[in-house]
Amino acid sequence: MTAIPLDQGLGLAAALFALGLAGVLVRRNLLFMLMSLEVMLNAAGVAFVVAGARWAAADGQIMFILVLTFAASEVSVGLALILLMHRRNSTLDADASYHLRG
Amino acid sequence: MNAMFAIAAGIAVLATVMMITRPSAVHALLYLTVSLLAVAMVFFVLGAPFAAALEVIIYAGAIMVLFVFVVMMLNIGGEAEALENDWLKPAAWIGPSVLALLLGLELGTLAARGGLARSAATVIGPQAVGIALTGPYMLAVEIASFLLLAAVVAAFHLGRAVMRGV
Repeated sequence: MTAIPLDQGLGLAAALFALGLAGVLVRRNLLFMLMSLEVMLNAAGVAFVVAGARWAAADGQIMFILVLTFAASEVSVGLALILLMHRRNSTLDADASYHLRG
Repeated sequence: MNAMFAIAAGIAVLATVMMITRPSAVHALLYLTVSLLAVAMVFFVLGAPFAAALEVIIYAGAIMVLFVFVVMMLNIGGEAEALENDWLKPAAWIGPSVLALLLGLELGTLAARGGLARSAATVIGPQAVGIALTGPYMLAVEIASFLLLAAVVAAFHLGRAVMRGV
Protein backbone atom coordinates (compact mmCIF):
# COMPACT_ATOMS: atom_id res chain seq x y z
CA MET A 1 0.00 0.00 0.00
CA THR A 2 1.47 3.34 -1.01
CA ALA A 3 0.89 6.29 1.26
CA ILE A 4 -1.15 9.25 0.06
CA PRO A 5 1.18 12.13 -0.90
CA LEU A 6 1.07 15.07 1.45
CA ASP A 7 0.36 17.63 -1.25
CA GLN A 8 -2.76 15.80 -2.45
CA GLY A 9 -4.25 15.71 1.03
CA LEU A 10 -3.41 19.34 1.70
CA GLY A 11 -4.82 20.20 -1.73
CA LEU A 12 -8.13 18.62 -0.73
CA ALA A 13 -8.09 20.58 2.55
CA ALA A 14 -7.36 23.82 0.70
CA ALA A 15 -10.11 23.17 -1.86
CA LEU A 16 -12.69 22.46 0.84
CA PHE A 17 -11.61 25.54 2.80
CA ALA A 18 -11.86 27.74 -0.29
CA LEU A 19 -15.32 26.37 -1.06
CA GLY A 20 -16.46 27.05 2.49
CA LEU A 21 -15.06 30.57 2.35
CA ALA A 22 -16.82 31.17 -0.96
CA GLY A 23 -20.05 29.95 0.62
CA VAL A 24 -19.71 32.34 3.56
CA LEU A 25 -18.99 35.25 1.22
CA VAL A 26 -21.59 34.50 -1.45
CA ARG A 27 -24.64 33.30 0.47
CA ARG A 28 -26.58 35.79 2.55
CA ASN A 29 -28.77 33.26 4.36
CA LEU A 30 -27.45 32.74 7.89
CA LEU A 31 -28.18 29.00 7.76
CA PHE A 32 -26.04 28.62 4.64
CA MET A 33 -23.29 30.74 6.17
CA LEU A 34 -23.23 28.44 9.22
CA MET A 35 -23.07 25.36 6.97
CA SER A 36 -20.18 26.88 5.04
CA LEU A 37 -18.42 27.58 8.35
CA GLU A 38 -18.80 23.88 9.11
CA VAL A 39 -17.14 23.05 5.79
CA MET A 40 -14.23 25.37 6.63
CA LEU A 41 -13.74 23.79 10.09
CA ASN A 42 -13.95 20.37 8.49
CA ALA A 43 -11.23 21.38 6.02
CA ALA A 44 -8.99 22.37 8.93
CA GLY A 45 -9.62 18.93 10.44
CA VAL A 46 -8.68 17.29 7.13
CA ALA A 47 -5.39 19.18 7.14
CA PHE A 48 -4.64 17.96 10.68
CA VAL A 49 -5.43 14.33 9.89
CA VAL A 50 -3.41 14.44 6.66
CA ALA A 51 -0.40 15.80 8.52
CA GLY A 52 -0.85 13.20 11.26
CA ALA A 53 -0.91 10.43 8.66
CA ARG A 54 2.18 11.83 6.96
CA TRP A 55 4.30 11.58 10.12
CA ALA A 56 2.47 8.47 11.41
CA ALA A 57 1.58 10.25 14.67
CA ALA A 58 -1.64 10.30 16.68
CA ASP A 59 -1.40 14.06 17.29
CA GLY A 60 -3.23 14.92 14.07
CA GLN A 61 -6.29 12.94 15.07
CA ILE A 62 -6.24 14.51 18.54
CA MET A 63 -6.25 17.98 17.00
CA PHE A 64 -9.11 16.80 14.79
CA ILE A 65 -11.06 15.79 17.90
CA LEU A 66 -10.50 19.26 19.36
CA VAL A 67 -11.67 20.86 16.10
CA LEU A 68 -14.73 18.61 16.30
CA THR A 69 -15.47 19.81 19.83
CA PHE A 70 -15.18 23.39 18.69
CA ALA A 71 -17.45 22.78 15.69
CA ALA A 72 -20.11 21.15 17.86
CA SER A 73 -20.18 24.01 20.38
CA GLU A 74 -20.11 26.62 17.61
CA VAL A 75 -23.05 25.02 15.83
CA SER A 76 -25.17 24.73 18.98
CA VAL A 77 -24.69 28.39 19.88
CA GLY A 78 -24.98 29.54 16.27
CA LEU A 79 -28.22 27.69 15.66
CA ALA A 80 -29.72 29.09 18.88
CA LEU A 81 -28.76 32.59 17.69
CA ILE A 82 -30.35 31.87 14.29
CA LEU A 83 -33.61 30.80 15.96
CA LEU A 84 -33.54 33.95 18.09
CA MET A 85 -32.96 36.15 15.06
CA HIS A 86 -35.76 34.41 13.17
CA ARG A 87 -38.14 35.14 16.07
CA ARG A 88 -37.14 38.80 16.22
CA ASN A 89 -36.83 39.75 12.56
CA SER A 90 -38.65 36.82 10.88
CA THR A 91 -35.88 36.68 8.31
CA LEU A 92 -32.54 34.93 8.02
CA ASP A 93 -30.94 37.53 5.77
CA ALA A 94 -27.55 38.51 7.15
CA ASP A 95 -27.88 41.98 5.65
CA ALA A 96 -31.20 42.61 7.40
CA SER A 97 -29.66 43.16 10.82
CA TYR A 98 -26.23 44.56 10.32
CA HIS A 99 -26.75 47.47 12.68
CA LEU A 100 -26.53 45.22 15.75
CA ARG A 101 -28.24 47.68 18.08
CA GLY A 102 -30.11 46.28 21.08
CA MET B 1 -4.93 3.32 -2.87
CA ASN B 2 -4.43 6.69 -4.53
CA ALA B 3 -7.47 6.00 -6.69
CA MET B 4 -9.60 5.45 -3.58
CA PHE B 5 -8.36 8.74 -2.16
CA ALA B 6 -9.02 10.54 -5.45
CA ILE B 7 -12.59 9.22 -5.70
CA ALA B 8 -13.47 10.17 -2.13
CA ALA B 9 -11.84 13.60 -2.45
CA GLY B 10 -13.64 14.24 -5.73
CA ILE B 11 -16.99 13.33 -4.19
CA ALA B 12 -16.26 15.61 -1.22
CA VAL B 13 -15.44 18.61 -3.42
CA LEU B 14 -18.36 17.97 -5.79
CA ALA B 15 -20.87 17.63 -2.94
CA THR B 16 -19.55 20.83 -1.33
CA VAL B 17 -19.93 22.75 -4.59
CA MET B 18 -23.50 21.47 -4.92
CA MET B 19 -24.18 22.43 -1.30
CA ILE B 20 -23.09 26.03 -1.83
CA THR B 21 -25.20 26.44 -4.96
CA ARG B 22 -28.51 24.92 -3.74
CA PRO B 23 -31.31 27.42 -3.21
CA SER B 24 -33.13 25.23 -0.67
CA ALA B 25 -31.66 24.60 2.77
CA VAL B 26 -32.78 20.95 2.96
CA HIS B 27 -31.17 20.06 -0.36
CA ALA B 28 -27.98 21.78 0.77
CA LEU B 29 -28.08 19.73 3.98
CA LEU B 30 -28.30 16.51 1.96
CA TYR B 31 -25.24 17.45 -0.06
CA LEU B 32 -23.38 18.59 3.06
CA THR B 33 -24.02 15.22 4.68
CA VAL B 34 -22.64 13.44 1.61
CA SER B 35 -19.61 15.73 1.70
CA LEU B 36 -18.95 14.86 5.36
CA LEU B 37 -19.31 11.14 4.63
CA ALA B 38 -16.82 11.50 1.77
CA VAL B 39 -14.36 13.21 4.11
CA ALA B 40 -14.82 10.30 6.53
CA MET B 41 -13.91 7.99 3.65
CA VAL B 42 -10.78 10.09 3.04
CA PHE B 43 -9.82 9.67 6.71
CA PHE B 44 -10.31 5.93 6.44
CA VAL B 45 -8.07 5.73 3.37
CA LEU B 46 -5.47 7.87 5.16
CA GLY B 47 -5.28 5.31 7.97
CA ALA B 48 -7.24 7.23 10.61
CA PRO B 49 -10.28 4.98 11.32
CA PHE B 50 -11.04 6.65 14.66
CA ALA B 51 -11.26 10.08 13.06
CA ALA B 52 -13.44 8.56 10.33
CA ALA B 53 -15.84 7.10 12.89
CA LEU B 54 -16.01 10.41 14.78
CA GLU B 55 -16.67 12.27 11.53
CA VAL B 56 -19.65 10.03 10.78
CA ILE B 57 -21.02 9.99 14.34
CA ILE B 58 -20.58 13.64 15.31
CA TYR B 59 -20.48 15.63 12.07
CA ALA B 60 -22.80 13.62 9.83
CA GLY B 61 -24.85 12.43 12.79
CA ALA B 62 -25.22 14.91 15.63
CA ILE B 63 -24.48 18.23 13.93
CA MET B 64 -26.62 17.44 10.89
CA VAL B 65 -29.51 16.48 13.19
CA LEU B 66 -29.23 19.92 14.82
CA PHE B 67 -29.36 21.59 11.41
CA VAL B 68 -32.37 19.53 10.35
CA PHE B 69 -34.18 20.39 13.61
CA VAL B 70 -33.63 24.09 13.04
CA VAL B 71 -34.72 23.94 9.40
CA MET B 72 -37.90 22.17 10.44
CA MET B 73 -38.54 24.66 13.27
CA LEU B 74 -38.14 27.58 10.88
CA ASN B 75 -40.73 26.13 8.49
CA ILE B 76 -43.67 25.75 10.85
CA GLY B 77 -46.47 27.40 8.96
CA GLY B 78 -49.29 27.06 6.47
CA GLU B 79 -47.31 26.46 3.31
CA ALA B 80 -44.94 24.01 4.98
CA GLU B 81 -46.73 20.97 3.57
CA ALA B 82 -46.53 22.10 -0.04
CA LEU B 83 -42.90 22.97 0.59
CA GLU B 84 -42.13 19.49 1.87
CA ASN B 85 -43.82 17.92 -1.14
CA ASP B 86 -41.58 20.09 -3.26
CA TRP B 87 -38.51 18.89 -1.35
CA LEU B 88 -39.35 15.22 -1.93
CA LYS B 89 -39.24 15.42 -5.73
CA PRO B 90 -36.84 12.84 -7.24
CA ALA B 91 -34.65 15.56 -8.74
CA ALA B 92 -33.84 16.67 -5.20
CA TRP B 93 -32.63 13.43 -3.70
CA ILE B 94 -31.21 11.57 -6.68
CA GLY B 95 -27.93 13.51 -6.79
CA PRO B 96 -26.95 12.94 -3.13
CA SER B 97 -28.11 9.32 -3.37
CA VAL B 98 -25.85 8.59 -6.34
CA LEU B 99 -22.86 10.17 -4.59
CA ALA B 100 -23.58 8.25 -1.36
CA LEU B 101 -23.95 5.03 -3.39
CA LEU B 102 -20.52 5.61 -4.93
CA LEU B 103 -19.07 6.05 -1.44
CA GLY B 104 -20.77 2.85 -0.29
CA LEU B 105 -19.34 0.95 -3.26
CA GLU B 106 -15.89 2.29 -2.45
CA LEU B 107 -16.21 1.17 1.18
CA GLY B 108 -17.40 -2.25 0.01
CA THR B 109 -14.41 -2.56 -2.32
CA LEU B 110 -12.05 -1.69 0.51
CA ALA B 111 -13.69 -4.23 2.81
CA ALA B 112 -13.54 -6.93 0.13
CA ARG B 113 -9.85 -6.27 -0.42
CA GLY B 114 -8.92 -6.98 3.19
CA GLY B 115 -10.46 -4.18 5.20
CA LEU B 116 -8.83 -1.92 7.68
CA ALA B 117 -5.45 -3.61 7.96
CA ARG B 118 -4.69 -3.01 4.30
CA SER B 119 -6.57 0.23 3.79
CA ALA B 120 -3.53 2.48 4.31
CA ALA B 121 0.23 2.45 4.56
CA THR B 122 0.20 3.12 8.29
CA VAL B 123 -2.94 2.83 10.40
CA ILE B 124 -3.18 4.84 13.62
CA GLY B 125 -5.94 3.12 15.52
CA PRO B 126 -8.15 4.24 18.39
CA GLN B 127 -5.74 2.78 20.94
CA ALA B 128 -2.85 5.06 20.00
CA VAL B 129 -5.17 8.07 19.92
CA GLY B 130 -6.65 7.21 23.30
CA ILE B 131 -3.25 6.76 24.93
CA ALA B 132 -2.06 10.13 23.64
CA LEU B 133 -5.38 11.76 24.60
CA THR B 134 -5.19 10.68 28.23
CA GLY B 135 -1.43 11.19 28.49
CA PRO B 136 0.29 14.28 27.10
CA TYR B 137 -2.96 15.87 25.91
CA MET B 138 -4.85 15.77 29.22
CA LEU B 139 -4.91 19.57 29.49
CA ALA B 140 -6.35 19.87 25.98
CA VAL B 141 -9.16 17.51 26.97
CA GLU B 142 -9.93 19.67 30.00
CA ILE B 143 -10.01 22.79 27.84
CA ALA B 144 -12.37 21.04 25.41
CA SER B 145 -14.66 20.15 28.30
CA PHE B 146 -14.72 23.78 29.42
CA LEU B 147 -15.59 24.80 25.86
CA LEU B 148 -18.47 22.32 25.75
CA LEU B 149 -19.73 23.53 29.13
CA ALA B 150 -19.67 27.13 27.91
CA ALA B 151 -21.57 26.08 24.78
CA VAL B 152 -24.22 24.27 26.86
CA VAL B 153 -24.71 27.32 29.08
CA ALA B 154 -24.90 29.67 26.09
CA ALA B 155 -27.33 27.44 24.17
CA PHE B 156 -29.53 27.10 27.26
CA HIS B 157 -29.58 30.86 27.81
CA LEU B 158 -30.39 31.63 24.16
CA GLY B 159 -32.95 28.83 24.05
CA ARG B 160 -34.77 30.32 27.05
CA ALA B 161 -34.90 33.64 25.21
CA VAL B 162 -36.41 31.84 22.20
CA MET B 163 -39.02 30.16 24.40
CA ARG B 164 -39.98 33.45 26.06
CA GLY B 165 -40.60 34.80 22.56
CA VAL B 166 -38.28 37.77 22.88
